Amino acid sequence: MRAVTRWLEERTGAGAAVRNFLREEIPGSAGWPQAFGSVALFLFLTQAFTGVLLTLNYAPAPTEAYNSLQFIMREVAGGRLIRGLHHWGASMMVVVVVLHMIQVFLYGAYKRPREVTWMVGVVLLLITLGFGLTGYLLPWDNRAYWGTVVTAQIAAQTPVLGRYLQRLMGVETGVGAVALIRFHTLHTIILPGLALLMVTTHLLLIRKHGITPSAVERRPARTFHPEQAFKDAVAVFAAFVVLFVLAAAVKAPLERPADPTDSAYVPRPEWYFLFLFQALKAFTGPLEPLGSVLLPAAAVGLLFAVPFVDRSRMQRVAERTAAMAAVALATLAWASLTAAAVLTTPTPGGAPAGRRPNTSWRESAPEQLAGLGYFHRARCSSCHNLAAGPPRPGPNLAGLASARPAEVLIAHFQQPGAAGNGDFLRPTGLAPDQLETLAAFVQGLTSETAAALSEAPPEITAGAQIFVANGCGGCHKVNGSGGTLGPSLNGVGGRRSRDWIAQRLRDPRLQSPGTVMPAFGFSAHDRDLLISYLLSLPKE
Amino acid sequence: MGKESEHASVRLDRRSVLSAAVFSLMGAICAAIGAPSVVYLLSPYTKGRNREWLDGGDIGDLAQDRPRAVSFFGERMDGWNRQREKMTAWVVKGPGGAVAAFQPSCTHLGCAFHWAAAQHEFICPCHGSRFGADGAVLHGPAPRPLDRYEVRVEGSRLWLRIPGPREADPS
Repeated sequence: MRAVTRWLEERTGAGAAVRNFLREEIPGSAGWPQAFGSVALFLFLTQAFTGVLLTLNYAPAPTEAYNSLQFIMREVAGGRLIRGLHHWGASMMVVVVVLHMIQVFLYGAYKRPREVTWMVGVVLLLITLGFGLTGYLLPWDNRAYWGTVVTAQIAAQTPVLGRYLQRLMGVETGVGAVALIRFHTLHTIILPGLALLMVTTHLLLIRKHGITPSAVERRPARTFHPEQAFKDAVAVFAAFVVLFVLAAAVKAPLERPADPTDSAYVPRPEWYFLFLFQALKAFTGPLEPLGSVLLPAAAVGLLFAVPFVDRSRMQRVAERTAAMAAVALATLAWASLTAAAVLTTPTPGGAPAGRRPNTSWRESAPEQLAGLGYFHRARCSSCHNLAAGPPRPGPNLAGLASARPAEVLIAHFQQPGAAGNGDFLRPTGLAPDQLETLAAFVQGLTSETAAALSEAPPEITAGAQIFVANGCGGCHKVNGSGGTLGPSLNGVGGRRSRDWIAQRLRDPRLQSPGTVMPAFGFSAHDRDLLISYLLSLPKE
Repeated sequence: MGKESEHASVRLDRRSVLSAAVFSLMGAICAAIGAPSVVYLLSPYTKGRNREWLDGGDIGDLAQDRPRAVSFFGERMDGWNRQREKMTAWVVKGPGGAVAAFQPSCTHLGCAFHWAAAQHEFICPCHGSRFGADGAVLHGPAPRPLDRYEVRVEGSRLWLRIPGPREADPS
């Protein structure tokens, strides 16, 4: 063993390198505040690791992206946790990088000879934000889609370069396949490569110049190991515990699939971009590019210029009142803008604050809800609007399809090119009875029903599909139609608990011997969806 | 001198305690991320198989001991996509009139075999495995008889089903 170690050491010098690293001399004043950089590095490595794991199961195409992410969240063991680590790690990364920056700023660590270290740090901040911006689109849910639509519009406002930026981002004709693959490539290849280069440069520069000493050093210099190494390790561990608890306890959001026709959706950027979003509201008309592009660019320029603006001698932290005032002011501005943005953010469900969410879908027939679910599952919305909306390749469906016989519609679902257009589309892959439900849904569609259904949650449409597929309506009345052999199910949520209904579905004879209701061997998942649907039914 | 060495050993202790702490904290992080990662990478990601009976069509004119390749459609989960795909079975009517359906890939390395009517054998083109009309191995390197589908015949209509993971598996 010793011989092997010596052999390796002679040829690589790895041991000497590690010892050299651990024995780096640091000022006696260094301590906890200097640990932020290590935490940022740790989070970067965690993001890289969990990112690679996610890439193994992710497909960056509009038809696949959302489903592959759902696959990660539902089918792959540990997938939810890995995505949680990546999702929350991104937010923590921004927090820690900014804290690191504030610490460096307050300590005046950007001063001569460390100007380039600081500027590389600013580049790393921009790369971090770039990761956030590009990663935001990848889940391909409504949040991702609409957030990126706004980003694309902002990029387009850049004076002179706007059009070229749009082309570069692949959003020239809207946010679609080109944008998704480009954002993915940026996120997984270009930015990581750039980040690796910049992180290495940053670390080499830190090694070259050493940790910034205080203006007055009271304690003698010492080596990085063991005290500072221990402090860094504790800080990293604390950050990891926060990250792990967040990832395990708080589910990373995944909304319904990107729907360009969803006119009720109110886009919001990730929380760390909210202040920009809010600031933008102050600039209207011709001034808009000022707020969206020029001011942020000026702010970044100012960050780069910090070492050249402040060329004073080193001072103790407590004496740097101007720096503290600058940080306090920036924090205050950021916090109030973010707070203002949060306060004006509509409640979840897509309805603006002060307006009740549209729950008219509760009155809809189960067949309509089921059909809507198939409409989304087969991604009909990539070509068709249900009612009025932004222009799409296919016709708006409300009121149009009722004139077409079901066979023509089903032929179109099975072979989208059969109706004349859309040869490039893939078949919906739905089973015959599902195709019939979808056809009936499209035939019965009016602008009123489309409006009523606009905010039906996906678990409700999925529950309605199970209701329809199992013929529950043959015996039970729901919203005025259905059989009368069994009781009406409207208002069942007021009469029965979730558990009671679950038991009823598993084995009805346990509760009512001699009942004619058959037992249904649903999977737990299907049963939950069905019961959620049943509990949503309004009282008659 | 004695006092000094005592002082040194205390410092050494402090050093090794801190070292041990650094290693344990880093080790804990690696374990907490590593364990779920291994599970993520190595767990089966397709739960259950398609166990529906699939329509193999009419086999009323199937002659005894004359295997025929029958095509039919089945659904399979391919990651996050449900694929409807064409499947093949070699259907054989045995001496007693019993019908068997063999899966179309050789039990050696999965090549597609064919029926050589002249030799009255299934022959695999890859490594020369040969099977009888009953699926039994006549010549290696195939390690076991041909894999079968579960079959059910209603009148002259053939129904096929992909067998469970293990016939003896209680689940």
